[in-house]
Amino acid sequence: MLDLWNNLHPLVQGLIKGLAVILVIFPLAGASSLAERKVSAWMQGRPGPNRAMVPWIAWIPFLSTFLRRLGLFHLLADGGKLLFKEEPLPGHVNKLYFILAPVIAMMPAFTTVTVVPFGAYLTGSGEMVPLMLANVDVGLLAVFAVSSLGVYSLILAGWASNSKYPFLGGVRASAQLISYELSMTLSVVPVFLWINAPGTAGTMSLARVVEFQSQPGFWGGTWFVFLMPVSAFIFLVSLFAETNRQPFDMAESEADLVGGFHTEFGAFKWSLFFVAEYSHMLVGSGVFILLFLGGWNPLPWVSLADLIGGLHRLTHAAAVVHPLFVGVLSIVIFLVKVLAMIFFFMWIRWTIPRFRYDQVMKLGWQRLLPLAIGNLVFYALAIAFLQKPV
Amino acid sequence: MAVIPLTRKPLSLVERTYVPAILSGLKTTFKRMFRPNDTLEYPEQRPAIPPGYRGVPTLVKDPNGREKCVSCQLCEFVCPPKAIRITPGTVPEGSGREHVEKAPQAFDIDMLRCIYCGLCQEVCPEEAIFLQNQYSLSGYTREELVNHKDRLYELGGTLPDSHYKWDKKKAAAEAGPAH
Repeated sequence: MLDLWNNLHPLVQGLIKGLAVILVIFPLAGASSLAERKVSAWMQGRPGPNRAMVPWIAWIPFLSTFLRRLGLFHLLADGGKLLFKEEPLPGHVNKLYFILAPVIAMMPAFTTVTVVPFGAYLTGSGEMVPLMLANVDVGLLAVFAVSSLGVYSLILAGWASNSKYPFLGGVRASAQLISYELSMTLSVVPVFLWINAPGTAGTMSLARVVEFQSQPGFWGGTWFVFLMPVSAFIFLVSLFAETNRQPFDMAESEADLVGGFHTEFGAFKWSLFFVAEYSHMLVGSGVFILLFLGGWNPLPWVSLADLIGGLHRLTHAAAVVHPLFVGVLSIVIFLVKVLAMIFFFMWIRWTIPRFRYDQVMKLGWQRLLPLAIGNLVFYALAIAFLQKPV
Repeated sequence: MAVIPLTRKPLSLVERTYVPAILSGLKTTFKRMFRPNDTLEYPEQRPAIPPGYRGVPTLVKDPNGREKCVSCQLCEFVCPPKAIRITPGTVPEGSGREHVEKAPQAFDIDMLRCIYCGLCQEVCPEEAIFLQNQYSLSGYTREELVNHKDRLYELGGTLPDSHYKWDKKKAAAEAGPAH
């Protein structure tokens, strides 16, 4: 099986990996948008979408009622509607860039997924092998570099729309991204200062960060959210700003900008922006979990290897230590954490009102950036003191 | 006017980070998720209609099954949007209602014009027209939304009557002139 895979032409491999990304991220993003509607409804005392039904499933008693109340088929209804709707193309727009913008929105969203590890399996010697589509050494740098390209689509959409509100939305998006990108990058530097101890091979790999958090012992198993809470906080706040989520959705702010950058968009092009936004959220949550919340380790101080060892002692089943089972288990743990983060994003969105634009700028430049710099200096000194050069 | 000067405590450092306020907000929304919904899921669940509700205007019959409207046309005159159109007619011979003064030959209420003000009900000397509980009406054509006489009686049904005006008239007519 593995040989067959390795014998494939690299182009075919890449094609299959790309398809896998699209087939996983598209439905996940769609499901997130449905979850968004459901969560908002529950928080506002409404039942939320609960009408769509497929005839054949409607014949099953109880289950059909449950699925209908859950609104599961609104996923199909929404997707089908957006796919088959008429594509409006306003006469006053720059047609090339107008159509290009949603396409460009998808590119960084899908590209970043490839460098994020989403699980791991253990080899016979107990070595952890991360599961990821492209195992590149630059790791987090690649995520930062590519994900910040996402804002180009918003600017392009704003400019190409040739209309006031989209333009303002695009300008705000770019200003906001620049302001928060700095604090975000500075906030993760202490993590890499800590794991790249003198004398070890330097790495920016996210898998290495998780490996570092799954070491035995009290300090080895501590997640970075406990070691570096300020870093985690700054990263989280910047993540909300980077993904244009409430309370930082300056690019959209429908209260003052109609719809922001996507005012002139409709149908499938509009939905692409939202798939991109949700995949940014998914990737961002994934990166946050890998960096600060222990990746695919189930609990703080309980690593994946500990869990597998415990299960093996309980059941004595050989299947438990099989790499396939371990891999699937780690993916499930990671996905559960990501979905919990997505819920947190939504929870925040339906709790906090939007910041004013000047407040966003003030928060970014006058609060978060000095805090991030101070945090970096503090940890740099502490790490220099703790890690003696070999 | 008395001016009450308020002294506001300056926000503490923790409060200025927004974090305590955000956390308490998160607590509120999280608790809200598990409370029962306030939504009335309309087509399946219907709202309770309070007494005195002004729904679609209807014509009613008295408990003897006689139409109460005598086509005096007061409602037609009072109707602010001119939604009511009455063609007066006589009570047919041999119907057993000859002592009743008159009856409408046609009675149309255009529900596209009606503003549900209830003035027709208020002005009616015979208590023949009532705004009842029906609140939901829809149609595909303008013609469908004009309620004709038979439809108005079908919607109105029979309401209890305390006067029995036409029974008294009939008794008086049968007893002959009092003088």
